[in-house]
Amino acid sequence: MRERLMALLLALVLGFVLWGQAAHAVDLGQPLDAAQIARFDITVFPDGRNLPKGQGSVSQGAALYQAQCAGCHGPKGIEGPAARLVGSDGFFGWTDPLRVLRIKNYPLLVQSVGARWPYATTLFDYVRRAMPYHAPKSLGDDEVYAITAQLLHMNGLVSATAVMDKDSLPRVEMPARDKTFSAWPQKP
Amino acid sequence: MVWDTAEAQAGAAAPRRQFLRRGMGLGAAAWAGVASAGGAGPVVTPLGERLPNAMKTPGGSDLAYGLPSPHESSVVRTESRAAGFSVWRSPLQHQRGIITPNGLHFATHHNGIPDITPEQHVLMVHGLVQRPLKFDMERLARYPMVSKVHFLECAGNSAANALSLTALDHTLGDLAGEVSCAEWTGVPLSYIFNEVGLKDSAQWVVVEGADGGSHSRSLPLSALAKDGMLALYQNGERLRASQGYPLRLFMPGWEGNVNVKWLHRLEVVDAPAYTKDESGLYTQVLKDGRIERFAFPMEVKSLITHPSGQQTLPEAKGFYEIGGLAWSGRGRITKVEVSVDGGATWASATLQAPVLDRAFTRFTLPWQWQGKKAVLMSRATDEHGNVQPTRSAWKSRYAAHSFNHYNAIQAWQVGRDGRVENTYA
Repeated sequence: MRERLMALLLALVLGFVLWGQAAHAVDLGQPLDAAQIARFDITVFPDGRNLPKGQGSVSQGAALYQAQCAGCHGPKGIEGPAARLVGSDGFFGWTDPLRVLRIKNYPLLVQSVGARWPYATTLFDYVRRAMPYHAPKSLGDDEVYAITAQLLHMNGLVSATAVMDKDSLPRVEMPARDKTFSAWPQKP
Repeated sequence: MVWDTAEAQAGAAAPRRQFLRRGMGLGAAAWAGVASAGGAGPVVTPLGERLPNAMKTPGGSDLAYGLPSPHESSVVRTESRAAGFSVWRSPLQHQRGIITPNGLHFATHHNGIPDITPEQHVLMVHGLVQRPLKFDMERLARYPMVSKVHFLECAGNSAANALSLTALDHTLGDLAGEVSCAEWTGVPLSYIFNEVGLKDSAQWVVVEGADGGSHSRSLPLSALAKDGMLALYQNGERLRASQGYPLRLFMPGWEGNVNVKWLHRLEVVDAPAYTKDESGLYTQVLKDGRIERFAFPMEVKSLITHPSGQQTLPEAKGFYEIGGLAWSGRGRITKVEVSVDGGATWASATLQAPVLDRAFTRFTLPWQWQGKKAVLMSRATDEHGNVQPTRSAWKSRYAAHSFNHYNAIQAWQVGRDGRVENTYA
């Protein structure tokens, strides 16, 4: 009798616990189908995952660069006012009186795409999602591959005859990769 | 009044002095009138004759959405475009208290502010999950919400002091105003992760905004599940457009850039994507040339807000209360020490309650200024024993052109004329 009572009590307690959990399951999310995901799924990964079909050459990219990018980044990718894309120019304000001195003293410790970015795939990802600034997402994938090729060539990382596509782009070696380390997981 | 910047004093102090003079004059006349009346005969001088205008005129009407006093019109954010994008800095030199008003909260925009209709905005969660799900804002707002007071600081806050060889003479807001503190209310991300069901290989989440640049960052899943919030409200009202309306990610204590505004997509993945900002601008080059990535928490830091850059102490010698703000991206502030002699000696400041986890903590210390040159500094310690470094100690760790996560001690030089100026000490 006593055991039965205990079992009944236990069942009641468990029942309340389960009821409590059920009360917290809000479950208001709605199914997201594959077509909806595909429409927005633009992230490109360092190993080339999610790069689309298409291709673009350095020479095609050179013309596109002058038309779409040079206005903000400069004809050589170092003049600004937007972020430095090429080589050894750092991220210093144009009104900084010591700008020339800083760049002269630290020619390799810089923040340009060529000097700081560890993976070439990021160029495709970012140009496609965010550039050109005044009309983001207005370029076709072939054009994005071509501009990516040109930017890599301007940094001396691919030859003048290079063609970028989903196979060649992830294989471009970026100098910053070997200097990279992760602060995550962080110290406790 | 005492701590206002020169331009604010020029606008506001003069009328106050006029008022004081006039008030005293009227008071004397009224006293004379009472004396001459001598209790004989009726007193006919109306009460209003000896009182200020505000006390004898009907008041103005209120506004549907309130605004600060017109006399505080100089307390505004200032925009900088020196970095190539828009940074709106908070006027910390005017803030007394741990909550930043929503209109003064700092903001950084890499691709401007998108115009988003909340009825059409959807949060998508997909990738390494059992059930990809979407949540419209109406459904999301029906989840249980939590409220937490936390600071938010741009990774590049105080870049001028990190980079410039000489200490630039700016206001505190212009030097270090890329930090604010607010009460954030929203849905814990853990609820959403539980609902979609994570696969075993899930390690990171690519968090994306619905702005023109589709801003994105890769963040570790474990930290998002522990601390992440889908923030809908700031200081009790829906987010401002500039803070990510209708939805932003909030990660307490972490650099501003990862708190993705206009949040619309969480892609659960096995490894970071190395997005644009984790490739370049939001990384740090160390002295030895190595590049540090994914350094998320903002370190322990404090700033004396009163007095601070370009303010003037109105009278040589006398009492002043030194006041300021301290915070740490790793926990609570346990101690703030203040020096008035350039770091030779330190005194413990009073921490004003509440002292909250990863939030602004206000500190104060009484000070008798002797009218001589003085260098004021503050040094914060958090509950994990992290102590704010000197500028030279901070600089010794990073390359000369590094500026992110700068948390070195801020020093203010007080001249004999009472003028306060940024200095390196």
